[in-house]
Amino acid sequence: MEIKKGVAVSPGISIARSLIIDSEDYRIPRRLIEPSQRIIEIQRVRNAFKDATSELTQLEAGQSAIEQRKIKDIFAVHLRFLHDRSLRKKITDLIQSELVTAEYAVSEIMRGIASHFTKEKDAYISERAADIYDIERRLLRQLLGGKREDVEHLTEEVVIVAHELSPTQTAGFNRKFVKGLATNAGGRTSHTAIVARSLGIPAVVALEGLTETVSGGDTVIIDGNRGIVIVNPDDETIRQYEEYSLEFAELEHKLDAIREKPAVTRDGVKITLLGNIEFPDEAELVLQKGGEGIGLYRTEFLYLNRDSEPTEQDHYRAYAETISVFKHRPVIIRTMDLGADKYTQSKRFAPEPNPFLGLRSIRFCLQNLTMFKTQLHAILRASVLGEVKVMFPLITNLQELMQAKMILRDVMEDLDEESISYNRNIQTGIMIETPSAALMASTLARDVDFFSIGTNDLTQYTLAVDRGNELVSTLYSSADPAVLRLIRTVIQDSHKAQIDVSICGEMASEPEYIMLLLGIGVRTISLAPPMMPEIKQIIRSVTVEDCNNVARKVLGMNSERQISNYLRVAVRKILPEAF
Amino acid sequence: MQAGEYTLERDLILHKSQNGSPKVVCETAVEIKNADGLHMRPAMQFVDVANQFDCDIAVSNSETSVDGKSIMQMSMLAATVGSKLKIKAEGADAEQAINALRELVEEKMFDEPAPDEQKKC
Repeated sequence: MEIKKGVAVSPGISIARSLIIDSEDYRIPRRLIEPSQRIIEIQRVRNAFKDATSELTQLEAGQSAIEQRKIKDIFAVHLRFLHDRSLRKKITDLIQSELVTAEYAVSEIMRGIASHFTKEKDAYISERAADIYDIERRLLRQLLGGKREDVEHLTEEVVIVAHELSPTQTAGFNRKFVKGLATNAGGRTSHTAIVARSLGIPAVVALEGLTETVSGGDTVIIDGNRGIVIVNPDDETIRQYEEYSLEFAELEHKLDAIREKPAVTRDGVKITLLGNIEFPDEAELVLQKGGEGIGLYRTEFLYLNRDSEPTEQDHYRAYAETISVFKHRPVIIRTMDLGADKYTQSKRFAPEPNPFLGLRSIRFCLQNLTMFKTQLHAILRASVLGEVKVMFPLITNLQELMQAKMILRDVMEDLDEESISYNRNIQTGIMIETPSAALMASTLARDVDFFSIGTNDLTQYTLAVDRGNELVSTLYSSADPAVLRLIRTVIQDSHKAQIDVSICGEMASEPEYIMLLLGIGVRTISLAPPMMPEIKQIIRSVTVEDCNNVARKVLGMNSERQISNYLRVAVRKILPEAF
Repeated sequence: MQAGEYTLERDLILHKSQNGSPKVVCETAVEIKNADGLHMRPAMQFVDVANQFDCDIAVSNSETSVDGKSIMQMSMLAATVGSKLKIKAEGADAEQAINALRELVEEKMFDEPAPDEQKKC
């Protein structure tokens, strides 16, 4: 039994067998196996060689023309390596003597050979290292490929263990069987955390070295309340956790009971709770948890986990499905927000050196107009089905907003020409998630119907902290006074301009921030559906006057630590079981 | 797939014949003459020829000795043009093997140009 401590990012308890996902470009971790498992790992190496050989044989056969002789030669050389018994023996010997996994042994031996070539002075020979890396990748694909496919074709409940999960990987999950997530890297606002919360499954991140401790198939307990992962627990621990899991479910059930009750403070102020979703089928979950509409539909998930761009019809179908759940309630569709960590980088020949400050989100859309217009066409077409609003992400200046609006008008004209009906007065809003947009809020407010404050990016850009980098992620906090001052500015400016404003970042689903947000004038919040009952419970337990006092106190404080401590104490008095 | 199975089967035969037959040992020294040296494709040609024979084949330079039937070990010799290698064969068909390999390295030069020929191109 081994206990690892990380950061809890999504509540709940889950006990299941582990499925390890390794990514192809990530260095294979050294993972130890039991002596009895050696024979299995050696067989896996044999199978990988066999499958890689037949894959290559097919490839080689396909290259018949004379001009392709060079390529044919390369494949022929690779085949000789796969037939080389002394190479295979080196790998299986490493498994025998060091008790490591097949993946690690293959990677270790092949990289050893490659580095031998790199050391050669003769350029012609040293370049051969590339061949060795290619053979390594082919073998690893055979070893890991099966597992990656497993994620989509699961037949039993599992918890996923990985170094870090990419949006593409999580989009491919069979959500019926994935019961929890645990990763080496990541923070509260990492992609893994966001996905886990929206699926309502427990997740713990920042578990350094976890993938080296767990082997595929080990029983793992993920405690998303305390931020603990237990590998191969003993029977007593499993029993305790099963009990604890029941208690937790009861608390959840208790909270679910307030679903039908309105989100109103004790002194009668109505707060609107909207849901953040990534997939249309989550709309139902928002409704179940008491949400009154969709405050943030992250449409970028339509683009992930597929080979080609989504068609206009793909967009339309997804939007129509979402809107059908909320016929006369708002559905805010945010246009594609990709770039930096996602999608766009994989399409580039050379990755951007500084992707978070690069071509992402609205900037990417404004440079890829055909793609952008396809999405707007579908949003407008769906606008007659309900109360649809459109929102542009990552606006940094007025000109970008004007350009985006102009393109929206262009698409409207296209629809006029095609005689397709749409809502001509569709409400248009922007995300406020850069310091420049927050500072210019009073100007931007004149040209939009609503603001939505994206606190994740706003925090990262204000504090200049990469939220995914473990080395600096402790500096990332939405309780920083600089971030709070910007948020207050935006709220005040939107009230002055009499436009709607909501909060849609992770901040809105963290209990300790709710009183502060109400105190600075927030009346609409959009959050992950599983957190709704708890947040509603807090709202129903406070008065706006209490909240105003909290906000006044906090805005007078100068340090992040002081603020977060104060907020935690304040909410603990209201909802002790939340902590 | 079939190729892999074939290799295994042939190896079994090899061990049997080794036990009974009288030992023939042959040795020769060769020089790499093609401009690009013993890179991947020549290494492949070398092991392809070596594998046609039942005898054990060891190839050595001044530092190390490797199995002449393994492309991994042969390519790791990283022999450049002008390198001198020693080929040693042990087994019933050792003499034929040595002749065939010397012909490949020194006469055919792996069907590749020598250094001066290459400059003309």
